[in-house]
Order: sequence, then C-alpha cells, then structure tokens
Amino acid sequence: MSGPSTYEPASGFTRWLDKRLPILRLAHDSFVAYPTPRNLNYWWTFGAMLSLCLVVQIVTGVVLAMHYVPHVEHAMDSVQRFRRDVPFGWLIQPMHAVGASMFFIAVYIHMFRGLYYGSYKAPREILWILGCVIYLLMVATAFLGYTLPWGQMSFWGATVITNLLGALPLVGESIKNWLMGGFAIDQPTLNRFFSLHYLLPFVIAGVTVLHVWALHEAGQNNPTGVDVKSKADTVPFTPHATMKDLFAVSLFLILFSVFVFYMPDALGHADNYIPANPLQTPPEIVPEWYLLPFYAILRAFDFNIGPIDSKLAGVLAMFAAIGILFLLPWLDTSRVRSMRYRPIARQFFLIFVVVCVVLGWCGGQNPGRILAKAGPFSATLTWVQGGQVVEAPVSASSEGGFDQAAAAVEQQLRGQGATLTAVRREGATQGVVRGVVGGAEQTRTVRGETADAVEAEITTVRAEVGAAAPFFIVERRVPPTFTVTNLSQVMTAYYFLFFLLILPILGLRETPGRVPDTIAKPVTDGKAQGAA
Amino acid sequence: MAKRKGLPKMLRALSAAAIAAIAVAGVALAAGAAHHPEDHPFSFDSPVGNYDMGQVQRGFQVYQQVCAACHGMDNLAYRHLGEEGGPFAAYRVRDHETGEMTMQIGRPAHGGSFVAVTDNPWVRAIASEATITDIDPNSGQPADRPGRPSDHFRNPFPNEIAARASNGGAHPPDLSSITLARHGGADYIRSLLLGYDGEMQGTLYHNPYFPGGYIAMPPPLNPDVVLYTDGSPTTVEQYATDVTAFLQWAADPHMEQRKRTGLVVLGFLLALSALLYLAYKQVWRGESH
Ligand code: HEC
Ligand code: HEM
Repeated sequence: MSGPSTYEPASGFTRWLDKRLPILRLAHDSFVAYPTPRNLNYWWTFGAMLSLCLVVQIVTGVVLAMHYVPHVEHAMDSVQRFRRDVPFGWLIQPMHAVGASMFFIAVYIHMFRGLYYGSYKAPREILWILGCVIYLLMVATAFLGYTLPWGQMSFWGATVITNLLGALPLVGESIKNWLMGGFAIDQPTLNRFFSLHYLLPFVIAGVTVLHVWALHEAGQNNPTGVDVKSKADTVPFTPHATMKDLFAVSLFLILFSVFVFYMPDALGHADNYIPANPLQTPPEIVPEWYLLPFYAILRAFDFNIGPIDSKLAGVLAMFAAIGILFLLPWLDTSRVRSMRYRPIARQFFLIFVVVCVVLGWCGGQNPGRILAKAGPFSATLTWVQGGQVVEAPVSASSEGGFDQAAAAVEQQLRGQGATLTAVRREGATQGVVRGVVGGAEQTRTVRGETADAVEAEITTVRAEVGAAAPFFIVERRVPPTFTVTNLSQVMTAYYFLFFLLILPILGLRETPGRVPDTIAKPVTDGKAQGAA
Repeated sequence: MAKRKGLPKMLRALSAAAIAAIAVAGVALAAGAAHHPEDHPFSFDSPVGNYDMGQVQRGFQVYQQVCAACHGMDNLAYRHLGEEGGPFAAYRVRDHETGEMTMQIGRPAHGGSFVAVTDNPWVRAIASEATITDIDPNSGQPADRPGRPSDHFRNPFPNEIAARASNGGAHPPDLSSITLARHGGADYIRSLLLGYDGEMQGTLYHNPYFPGGYIAMPPPLNPDVVLYTDGSPTTVEQYATDVTAFLQWAADPHMEQRKRTGLVVLGFLLALSALLYLAYKQVWRGESH
C-alpha cells in the first residue's frame, strides 16, 4: 500500500541524514505522500483527535506528577494545592481530568466507526486488535488515575474493582493482594497505582505506534469498504487529510474548551472531593461515565449460573464484553465491509449503539430501581375488633420443628373458637401464639406506588384503629416488577448476541446492496480527476 | 422483496421505541428526586458571571464569626483572600486631583496597581486576629503566636476526634471545597442553611435538604448575629446566601480568570476553525469526495 518512497532530500544536510537515519523519509512517506482514500468522511478524523488526546494527557500528567504527593494523607491536599497555588494549575488539572473524558468520547466514536465500516476485517485484523489493546490499556489507566486524588470515589471504586478481581478462581486472591500491596486498599496501593498510572500512557503510546504502523501497511479503509485499486481512488495525505483533520481537531478542541473552562467538574462525581474514609461507604459507588456500560453488565448478573456464582459471572461477563471485540474480525462472516451496503446489519448496528447507551444509563442507576410494574404494591390488614385475646406458648423440641409446633398450637386455639391467630417467635424454639375469640373480623387493603408508600399506609391504618384491635395480620403483596437490573439483563443479552449470533448469521444470510467497483466510481461518476 | 423492506423498518421502529423509553425514564427520574435544592440566581451562575466580591467579603465575615467555630478550611491560607481574584485583593490608585496614592479593595475601573499580599493591610489584619499554635523557634516547644498571611485558616479542632467529641459524635466537614463536594453545589449549601424547620429527633435537627433528613449541625444562623457595615440586611437568608457565595469562591478561586481565559480561547478556536475550514475547502477544491 505504501508503495515505493517518493521522498527526495532537498538539502545537503537532509541527504546526509537520509543515509544514516531515514527518519525524515519515514515521516514524509507516512504523513505527507501517504495515499488516503478520497472519500473518507469526518468519522475518519477521530484518530487524529485521539493522538492529540494522548499528547495532552501525557504533557498535563507529567506536570501534575511534579506536584502530586502519593500519600493517603496528602494526595487530595496536593491536588488542591496544585489547583490553587501552582501557576496555571487551575487550567492544567481540569485539562487532565476533562481530557480523560474527551479521550473516551473520541475513542468510542473511533470504535463505532470501525464497527460500522467493517474496518476490522481482513487485512486490518491486527490493526483492530492493537486498537482493542489500546482501549484495554486506556480503561486501566483511567481507573488507576481516578484513584490518585484519594477521594471517596477513588477509594471505594478501587475497593470494588480489586474485590471483583478477587472473585476469579485460583489466581483471584493473589492478583487482588498483589494489586493492593497488602490485604486492604491503603498506602501501598496508592503508591503502586501512581507508578502504574505514570507507566501505562507510555505503553499506550508504544502500542499506538504499532497501530499506526499496521494502518500504514494495510492502508485506510473507507466508507464504501472497497479496496483502493488505482491512484484515482486516493489523494495524498498532506495537504488533503491533514487539513481536514486539523479542521476537525479544532472543532474537537472547542468542545474540550467548553468543558475545561465552563464545566470543569460536570463529568466528575461530587463525592471525589470528599477525602477517602475507609470507615464510611458512600451511598452510591459509581465509576466514571465511560465505564458505566461495563458496570451495568457486571451488575446484570444477580443470579448464579450452575457452579459459577453471580459475582464471578458478572466479572467474567465484564471482561468478555471487551474480550469479544478481539474476536470480532472472525465473528463477522459478511464479505461486504461497509454497513452502508448492508441494510439489515445497519439496523442491528444502530440498535447496538442504543443498547450501549442504555447500558451506560443502567450503570449509573440504583440496580433495584423499578422501571415498570404490573400493578400497585398492596397489603391487606386483618384484625378483630372487640373479642377476647387468648395466648398459648409454643415450645418446640428443635429449631426446625418450630413451625410444626406453632401450627399445632394455632390449631388448638382455633378449636377454642379463636377466629384470628398470629405466631410470634421469641427464640430458636420458643414463641407465643395469640388469638382472638369472638369480636368482628375486619379487613382493609391499602395500595401504594412503592413498598415504602404501602408501609406508610399500614402505619396509618394501625394508628387509626389503635387499641381497638389487639393485633394485626398483615399480608403484603409485591407486584411483578421490571427493574434496572432486568433492563441491564436484556441489554447485556443483546450486546453479546450481536457479536455471537447476529453478525455471524447475518453475514451469511443477508443479501447486501450493490457495492461499487471502485472508490472513485460513485464519487467522480467515472470521470477522470486532476484539477488543482 | 416486501419482506426484506419490512424488517429494517421494524428494526428502526424498535430503536426509536428504545430511545423514547430512555427519554421517559429520564423524566421519571427527575420527578422522583425529593427536596431538590432551591435554585438561587447567584452572580457566578452564568458562563460569564463573576463573583460579587462585596457578597464574598460578607460571606467571609459570616464564616469567621459563625462557621469557623466548628468548621476548618485547611486548603485556604489568609493570603488567598488578598490574591488577585480574591475578595480582599487590594489596589493602589492615584487620586486625579490631589495626586495622592490611596489603597482600595477591588480592581478600580481603570488604572491601579495590585498590592502584593504581604503588603495588604486587610489581609494582615485578618491573619493577625487568628491565634496560631506553632513551634517556638527558640525553645522548640508549642507556642501561640498571631497569624501571618501565609498561615492556613486556623482549624478550630486539633484533629477529627476532638471535632467529633465537641459535636455529639458528628464531624463538621472541612469547607474548603464543600460546594464541589456536594451534589447541587452552592444551591444545596444555601438550601441546607435555610432548610431548618425547628423539628428535632433526639439531638438531630430536621432538614429536608440533608440526605436522610436529620443533621447533627444545629441551625447555625440567627438574625442580627453578624454586623454588616455595608447596610445589607442582617437576616438569616442574607447570611446564608453570602456565606454560600464565599464558600463557592473558596472552592473555585480561579473561576473568574478561568472564564475570562475561556472566552479568549474559544474566540481564538472559532476563528481558527473558520480559517481551517476555508483552507480545507481550498485544498479539496476540484477533488471530488
Ligand atoms: C456548632 C457547630 C457548627 C457550626 C457553628 C456550624 N456547623 Fe456546619 N456542621 C456541623 C456538624 C456537626 C456537621 C455534620 C453534620 C452531620 O454529619 O450530620 C456540619 C455539617 C455541615 C455541612 C455539610 C452538610 C452535608 O451535606 O454533609 C455544611 C455544608 C455546613 N455544615 C456548613 C456550615 C456553615 C456554612 C456554617 C456557618 C454558617 C456552619 N456549618 C456552622 C457543625 C457546625
Ligand atoms: C490512543 C488511542 C488511539 C489512537 C491514538 C488511535 C489512532 C488512530 C489513527 C491516527 C488512525 C487513522 C485515522 C482514523 O482512521 O481515524 C486509526 C485508525 C484505526 N483505529 Fe485507532 N487509535 C486509537 C485507538 C483505537 C481503538 C481503541 C480501536 C478499536 C478497538 C482502534 C481501531 C482503529 C481502526 C480499525 C483503524 C482503521 C480505520 C480505517 O482505516 O477504517 N483504534 N487509529
């Protein structure tokens, strides 16, 4: 794809250098003469934004690290000091924090682009896999970075994640203790997290070099998914792609700046301004927005699968959600790259995007939150007005025999004419059965939108009836509900089915639309190019 | 043929339904949150809004005379009050008629030179009112001395245990970044301070804005406890609003500079984008794509 080099050193020095280290030749061939498909749209400009993000994170991060103190007592204060007292600290710290979110916005669009246009298919499998490696490293780096200010969310996020790793069979416990540097999240954890957080971005940079290398070997894909066949299909990278990338990057910087200057804290969580307190669990533990979809997948597993308990199943599913991306080049069986010519696949793709967004939403919600229910919550209270209260003790010979013994006593009281009986357990084997003889039995049913509302109603009725009734029997009814967890389960199922079933089968069954023969044809209408 | 057309349509309808479902859920969520803080129109709310420095000064007075009895602000030093963008930043101005140099708080409309914090009489006075426990340079023993501008705000308690012991087991949190550390920010703090209704449960005070509904902090504000010199009303509401403005400044002291810079950066980027767009169009002129 790269073809023979067209670089011609212009001066004596560059000729001299070219014989010894052809670095200018490499740069010229990669970023000037490099032929790019002429039909690339704006979705192809996000790679440039990602490169910028990486540079911004490393530069701001290095400055932050000069002032940061990786100590549980001083970490948060050192960040505050940086923001308050270091020249331009007020700018650099938000740039780094907001930059992480911007990085993920760009990477998600970049990945969805690859998914839509089939950029993972031969001959770009390695390019795609290197991208997945970068993504995995980004997730790890972001997680480690989030712990550094040692706020409440830092501490408890780290606790949750390391505990999850501990759920892995055999090796889990060792990995967990190795990561924590002990048996709890503490000073050693912070030290090694800081070390790793400083290390990983450079690993990302290294893998990015491989990523771009692979890109230049296979050549860029394009919106039609058709291979480049002749010079008419391409334009030189500089100035054509360069100018377009620069324009798009400039727009991206506008979005970046709006957040940095006007909403520096909008993407973060307020709790992370509270110093970490190992003795106080915050009311909600949520990761940063860009990890929420995986958090939802993790929590979707609230049931055991055979010998695999729910926690392990969740952890495995969470890793599988990323792991499956590595296999994508071989899961998608379609011979057509671009979904532009795959009308059905395109619909499933759009649903997939929506599913990812919904998963993100679920990840930020209380998993027990009820989204829909088949009816109201209700309870029926039964009591007897007037009448005589009778009591009989229950004494069972063993703990398991209590219910049986109580039933016998109830039976006995009913034999004495009691209309209403209730058992009160007072120990493992001891209890009392109370009953009412005579009087008028009453019932009342209360309803409410939530379980709490029903409890409030019950309390009201009890207060109303008051001493007139010696005791109440309350029967609560919970309607079938559809919770955030259930929604996550449906969405998780689609997430995996999309890769494991829809793409493999659709690729074989779907009749694609007409794919153009060359890139240039639909673009230039077959006419020759070459103005300017 | 009809069948193949039908499926995408159905799928599209499905995606549309999913999006609608999300929207509905979002509305339901917003409706469910009880006792949302009252939205107060602070001067710093808008993207171009600045601090009302008179208000921040009054708020500092409220903090000093009321809240500082229980709450520390460890990240703030007295010098911060007099730095540029701080409530007591001083400027030297030359009187046009007499030619005399005078000092004033706040940047004059034109001219005026910033007074270094170490020379700022207001900041020095505020700092010297505090009693700081330090190590005596001669004896090496702990000793009290008057505060200096470089000292951090005096913490009322030597440590958290002491703070809890004096507050019925509850810990008055540090207020340095409190508006950032609570959902709802300044509006929440102001609503909390105004949210007491007199009801109590044991030693806890009912406050509908506080998560859980009962807070260990006694109603801190009462009318006329802080004397204002600028004629502002000495009501609980005024105190609450002022001290909240001060806390917002304390959490985000560089906001004004940040917003100002942002305007320049955005203007520059917009112009740059326009130029780059033209350049891009120029480069691609004659190239179909
Ligand atoms: C008598 C001591 C005392 C005074 C005076 C006091 N506070 Fe508090 N404050 C507390 C205590 C104790 C708590 C912890 C309450 C709890 O956790 O239940 C607290 C908590 C708070 C909170 C945190 C609420 C939350 O969301 O967790 C804020 C904000 C606050 N105080 C602001 C102020 C302000 C502003 C003033 C001055 C106007 C002030 N306090 C005066 C004792 C005090
Ligand atoms: C640090 C993060 C990353 C950087 C700096 C980066 C950079 C780039 C650049 C500069 C390009 C060429 C321009 C473009 O197509 O946009 C590119 C292409 C590509 N990237 Fe990335 N990338 C990153 C992460 C990822 C990830 C996470 C994936 C997928 C999991 C990925 C998959 C791809 C693919 C498949 C292409 C080829 C696209 C095509 O030609 O159609 N990249 N990348």
